[in-house]
Amino acid sequence: MEMNLRETWTVVHGMVFGFIFLLGFSGALYMIYSMKPQLLTAEGISKTVNGAKVYLWGLALSVWAAVFTGAWVVYPWYRAVPPDGTTDLTHFPKFLLLASESTAKWHEFGMEWKEHVAFLAPIAATVVAFVVSYYGPQLAKRVGERRAVMIFFIFAFVATAIAGMFGAFITKAAAVR
Amino acid sequence: MATLAKDFTEKVNGPVSAALLAGGIGCAAMGLITLIQEVNDKSAFAKSLVWNKGVGALSGKSMWAIIIFFVAWAILHYVWKDKETDFARISSIAIALLVVGLLGTFPPVWGLFK
Repeated sequence: MEMNLRETWTVVHGMVFGFIFLLGFSGALYMIYSMKPQLLTAEGISKTVNGAKVYLWGLALSVWAAVFTGAWVVYPWYRAVPPDGTTDLTHFPKFLLLASESTAKWHEFGMEWKEHVAFLAPIAATVVAFVVSYYGPQLAKRVGERRAVMIFFIFAFVATAIAGMFGAFITKAAAVR
Repeated sequence: MATLAKDFTEKVNGPVSAALLAGGIGCAAMGLITLIQEVNDKSAFAKSLVWNKGVGALSGKSMWAIIIFFVAWAILHYVWKDKETDFARISSIAIALLVVGLLGTFPPVWGLFK
C-alpha cells in the first residue's frame, strides 16, 4: 500500500487531474446540450448555466493541472537517461521500452503521441468554459455557438482520452518508479 | 423573468469568435511546431525548443503553443470585442485548425515529411 514520491506524482497527474476531466466530461457535455429553450424552462436554463460555469472552469483547471504535472514533474523521470553501463533499466522507463522491439512502439508511437496531443485539451477546454461564461443563459438561443462549443469540448475529451489511455498502457509496460 | 429577459438581450459574438479562433490557432501551433521539430530534431529550431533539460523539446513546443494561444486570444478579443462576426465561417476555420493540431501531433504524419 506504499507509493514513493514518483509514483504519487504519477497518480496525481493521471488518476486525479486527468481522471477528473474524463469523468466530468459527459455531465458537462449534457449540460451544454440540454441548454435548449424547448427542453428547459427559463429558470432551468439559468440554473444549468450557473452550474455549468463553475463545473467547466473546474474541468479546464483540472486538465491544465494534468498536462503541467505530466510534462514538468513526471515526464523528466520518464525520459531520464541512464548512466553508461546501466543494465537495470527499471528506473529509466523510456529506455526500458526502447530496449526491446516488443515494447519500443509504446514509446515511439504511444508516448510520442500522448505527450503532444495532451496539450490540445486544456486549450480547447478553456475556450469552452469562456464561451459558456460569456453567453450565460443566452447560449440557449445560440444554436451554432452551442454546437461549436460541443465540438471543442468533445475534441478536448478525445485528446485527454488518447493521453490517458496511452498513459495507462505505458505505465503497465514501464512504470515511472 | 425580468432578469432572464435582460440575460437574453443580444450579446455580440465577437468575443466568442475570438476565443474559438484563438483556441484553433493554439492547437494548430502545437501541431505545426511539433511537426517541424520532429521532422528534423537536430535543427537549430529544434534545439531552441529545449527550454528545460529535463523536459526536453516538449517544454518549448508546449509553452510556445500556450503563449500563441493566449496572445492570439488577447489580440482577437481586442479587435472583435464589440463586433458581430461571421460566426459560422470563423468557427469552421477554428475547427479545421483543431484538426491541423491533431494531425501535427500524430507520429505517423511526421514520417510523411521525413
